[in-house]
Amino acid sequence: MTLGPYESFIVTSYALVGAVVVILVIWIAADYRRQKARLRELEASGVTRRSGRGAADIS
Amino acid sequence: MTLLDLANPTRFLSLTAKILPWLAGATAVLLAIGLYQSAMAPDDYQQGATVKIMFIHVPNAWLAMFVWGVMSVAALGTLVWRHPLADVAAKAAAPIGAAFTFLALVTGSLWGRPMWGTYWEWDARLTSVLILFLMYLGLIALWRAVEDPSRAARAAAILTLVGAINLPIIKFSVDWWNTLHQPASVMRIGGSSLDRAFLIPLLVMAIAFSLLFITLHLAAMRNEILRRRVRALQMMQAGKPAA
Repeated sequence: MTLGPYESFIVTSYALVGAVVVILVIWIAADYRRQKARLRELEASGVTRRSGRGAADIS
Repeated sequence: MTLLDLANPTRFLSLTAKILPWLAGATAVLLAIGLYQSAMAPDDYQQGATVKIMFIHVPNAWLAMFVWGVMSVAALGTLVWRHPLADVAAKAAAPIGAAFTFLALVTGSLWGRPMWGTYWEWDARLTSVLILFLMYLGLIALWRAVEDPSRAARAAAILTLVGAINLPIIKFSVDWWNTLHQPASVMRIGGSSLDRAFLIPLLVMAIAFSLLFITLHLAAMRNEILRRRVRALQMMQAGKPAA
């Protein structure tokens, strides 16, 4: 596959989209872990939800 | 399962935990197929290989508008139906929509330089999409500035509905004004003007990116629900009533 004289524009476009999508995925996954860890810390310190359910239990 | 059932955050979290792995898998498979088809697509007789930028530019541009549409429906859910997950949905969608809009602007610019001879032109389509990007950033700033989620929700919902006026302006800007940007070639009266060799990879990529958005959005909504639980528990710990 040859991309012609504007190869750098094409490759930069795809690389940028890939990088932003990967950053979004990592950011959302890291945020999920952070919120779960905070909930576990709070539960370990004795704070519980009014329902009595585990706040970090989402299943 | 009705929309009312999903109003229960715990039920929503349970459903999300079940479907997220399937959605992520389907997204990865479709993206792989779409990227392969994009790589194998022939060169355009005028644009050459530069036409390959279309396969990522158009899905991002479509999602930039679609995500604001989703947020507008969620804004109605907040203001009219007071659905407990409406504000969660809108807040979770904003950074993802901003990312897609940023990518639409930058890939469009990288496509424009070899085709139009310029990275940027203050014409109606480009400017209205830039305004959309700035509105996303404004909404994100609003949610961050107001600590109480319920107060932020109403203000953000109103701003979202006002901003929705920009969507038809973006869509029809190429018809209403003289612009460098080409007119619609996929969603137009009389059918697509694209050859099947370009249309099929473009549609596969558009579906793949739409699935990507749904997956990321559900995951971000799950995070937002957990964040609000953290806040409520912290308020309880501090001895204050949760808002």
